[in-house]
Amino acid sequence: MGNKTFVGGWHVWSHKELTRDAAIVAAPLPPRVVIPLAQHAGIVCRPLVKAGDTVLTGQKIGDAEGLITAPVHASISGKVTVVGDALHPVLGSAPAVTIESDGADRQDPAITPAGDPRGLSRNELVSRIRAAGIVGLGGAAFPTHVKLSPQKPVDVLIINGVECEPYLTCDYRLLVERPDEILDGIGLLQRAVGVEKVYIGIEDDKPLAIRTFQKRVSALKLPFSVVPVEVKYPQGAEKQLIKALVDREVPPGKLPFDVGVVVSNAGTALAAAEAVFQGKPLYERTVTVTGTTVREPKNIRVRLGTSFAELIAWCGGTTAPAGKIVMGGPMMGLAQFSDAVPVVKGTSGILVLSTAELVLPPEQPCIRCARCVDACPMQLLPYAMSLCAQMKQAERARVYNPSDCIECGVCTYVCPSKRRILEHIRLLKVGAK
Amino acid sequence: MSQAQSNTVVLSVSSSPHVRSSESTARIMWSVFVCLIPSGIVSWNVFGISAAAIMLTAVGTAALTEALFCRLQSRPLTVGDGSACLTGLLLAYNLPAQAPLWLAALGAAVAIIFGKAVFGGLGGNIFNPALVGRVFLMASFPSLMTRWPAPPMFGLDAVTAPTPLAILKDSVQQTQIITAAEIIPYTLWDLFLGRRGGCIGEASVAALLAGAAVLLWRGSISWHIPASFIGTVAVVSWCFGGQGLFTGNWPVHVLAGGLTLGAFFMATDYVTAPLTKKGKCIFGVGCGLITAIIRLWGGYPEGVSYAILLMNAAVPLIDRYVVPRRFGGGGR
Ligand code: SF4
Ligand code: SF4
Repeated sequence: MGNKTFVGGWHVWSHKELTRDAAIVAAPLPPRVVIPLAQHAGIVCRPLVKAGDTVLTGQKIGDAEGLITAPVHASISGKVTVVGDALHPVLGSAPAVTIESDGADRQDPAITPAGDPRGLSRNELVSRIRAAGIVGLGGAAFPTHVKLSPQKPVDVLIINGVECEPYLTCDYRLLVERPDEILDGIGLLQRAVGVEKVYIGIEDDKPLAIRTFQKRVSALKLPFSVVPVEVKYPQGAEKQLIKALVDREVPPGKLPFDVGVVVSNAGTALAAAEAVFQGKPLYERTVTVTGTTVREPKNIRVRLGTSFAELIAWCGGTTAPAGKIVMGGPMMGLAQFSDAVPVVKGTSGILVLSTAELVLPPEQPCIRCARCVDACPMQLLPYAMSLCAQMKQAERARVYNPSDCIECGVCTYVCPSKRRILEHIRLLKVGAK
Repeated sequence: MSQAQSNTVVLSVSSSPHVRSSESTARIMWSVFVCLIPSGIVSWNVFGISAAAIMLTAVGTAALTEALFCRLQSRPLTVGDGSACLTGLLLAYNLPAQAPLWLAALGAAVAIIFGKAVFGGLGGNIFNPALVGRVFLMASFPSLMTRWPAPPMFGLDAVTAPTPLAILKDSVQQTQIITAAEIIPYTLWDLFLGRRGGCIGEASVAALLAGAAVLLWRGSISWHIPASFIGTVAVVSWCFGGQGLFTGNWPVHVLAGGLTLGAFFMATDYVTAPLTKKGKCIFGVGCGLITAIIRLWGGYPEGVSYAILLMNAAVPLIDRYVVPRRFGGGGR
C-alpha cells in the first residue's frame, strides 16, 4: 500500500460498515443527566452547585484548582436533584451532579461568540480552551490546555484522524461532515502551541475523509499536510502515529513533547473551535452506538450525562440480549457493569456485544507461533511476559519491559491459542509497582 | 420517551480486548496437514499403496498415542488440535516407502511420547517430535531406514536404489570428474516432479512447494526460515560441493533429499523454532550450514534431520539474545 505506518500491528476486522454511512444525528433531550465531576485525567472537580439549584445549559457546575484538571458544565437546563456519588463508566463510582431537565434547554447567557479570535494571544486561547473544559475526546480524556502548554520546545502538531478502533466511526463522520470547523480548530491549536508543521493523519480506509480534507486544505490554502496512513491497528495510538508521520520514537516512559510533538484528536480540534469561536463549553459529544445486534446503529450527538441505556433504546434496542456493553471500541474499551452509566467526555462509542458474541475461549498453551511478537506495536515479547505472569515470576518479566506496553490488546487478538496475554501483562504491571 | 430500564441481565465484564481473531491452533495445524496432502498423493502414485498404508498407520498411531497420554497425564484431550496427526504424517514422510508398518507405528509412538508428551504436550517440547521419532528409528533400525525402493515407474525391480544424494556423495568422494547427468540416473526435472528414490515425503518437490505456497500465502509460515535454510545449502554446496571451489552441483543439493520438506514443513514448526524474524534467519542459516556440512563431509548422505534437531537445541539461546529493538530506543 505504501502509505506511512509503524512496525508491527495487525489488520483487525473493522465492522465499521455498521455505522460508516450513518450521518450524525442529535439525540432527543434526555429527561435527566448524571454529570460526573471526574471526566478527565487529573484532579476531580469540586461541585459548584447544590441540590435544588437551577442550572442552565452550558453553566459551569464543577471546577478545581491545579494544572491537570478541566471544569465540567451542565448539559441541559433544569434542576439539580442530587450531588453525590453515582455510577461512572471508568471509575465505577464517582461524585456527580444529577440534573432533572426542565425540557427547555435554556442556554447560559454567558455563552457568546468571542468575536475575531485572531486577536487573541496564545495565553488567551489556552485559557478559553481550559474554561470550556476541553479534554482529549479520543478516549484518554487528558485536559487539552495542558497539552497545549508543553514543557519542552515542540515543532510539530499532529492531528489524529485515524480512528483505528473497530466499530467506531464518530470521528470519521465528523471529518466528512464538518471539515471546515475542524480545520478552524486545528488552526487554533496550531497557534496555541506555536508550531509551523501540522500533519493530519487519516487511515487509508477512509478515502472520502482524505479527499475532503485534501480539497479543503488546498482550497483554503492552509499550511497543513493531510497524510494517509496505512489501515492497521493500532495506527491511532499516539506513539505509533508519531512514528508513522514524522518518524520519531517517543522513548519509554516519555511523552510526545519529549520528541517535540503535540498530538490532538480531530474531534478535540472541533470542540476547541466551538469553544473559542462560539464560547461553547464541552457539554455534548459525538458517540457511535453500535453492535451487530443493535437495531439501528447510529452516530449520535449526545449531551454528556445521558445514560447508555437511553441511547441504546433510542437506537431501537437490541435484537438479542446484551452480553457485554463496552465503552469505546472492542480493542481497548471498558466493559460496563451496568447500562445505567452516563456518557462522559471520553465516551467515543457504546458497543453492545450479544451473549453469542462474547468470546471467552479457554486458554491453551502457547505454541510459539510468533504472531503476538510480530503484531506488537511496541516490539515487545508478549508471549514471554504472559508465560512469566502465569508462572508468577514478575521479577523475571522485568527484562521484557512490561511497562512499555500500551495495552492495545492486539497480542491477545491475534493469539491462536486464545491466551489472555494482555490480562497477564496487566498483572505484571500491577505487581511491578 | 419510554424510560429505558436497566438491564437485569448480568453483563460480562472481562477486560479488553473484547474481540478475537478467528485463527486457532487447530486451524493452523490442520491447514499444514492439508497442505502436505498433495505430496502424499504423489508418493502414493510413485511408490504405490505401501506408502499410503505407512502414512495412515503413522497418523493413526500418533493420534492414539496422543489420546492415551492426555488420559495418563490428565490433560484435556488434544487430538482435535491436529498437532499429533501432523506429527504422524511428517514422520511417515521421513520413512522409506518400503518400511514395514510396525516401524511406522513405533516411530509415531516414540515421536509423540518422547518428542512431545514428556515435555507436557504441545508447546513444551524443544525438539521437533517427528524428527525425534525419525532419529530414534535411524539409530535403532538403520538398515530398514536406508533401504530405498526404486520408484516402480522406472521399471527397475531393485530393492535398494541409491538416493540421488548418496550417488552424488560417492562420486565426489571417489574424486572422479563426471557431470551430474552422467552419475545420477534422474534428471533435475525428475527430482522436481517426484520421480526418484527416497523417503515418502521427499518424492515431489513440486507438490511440497505447492503446499508451502498456500501456507506462506495464508501467513501460517513466514519465508525467513525456508529462504535462509535453502539459500545457505545452495551457497555452501556450490562453493564446496565440487572438485574445486564454486563447482558444486547446487541444484541437486537443493532439490534432492529432504531439504524442501525439512525447510518448509519441519524447520518452521512454531514450537521448536525461534520467535523473532532475525532469530528465524539465524536458525535457518544454522540449519543450512549443518545440513551442508553433513552432506559434504559427514558420514551420512543426508543431514536435514540432524541439522534441524541440532538447531532446535539452540533455539532457547537464540530467543534469549535475539530480541527486537525496543521501541523508542534505550537499553533492554
Ligand atoms: S497490548 Fe502491550 S504487549 Fe500486547 S501488543 Fe499491545 S503493546 Fe504489545
Ligand atoms: S500469539 Fe499466542 S501462541 Fe503465538 S506466540 Fe504469542 S502467546 Fe504464543
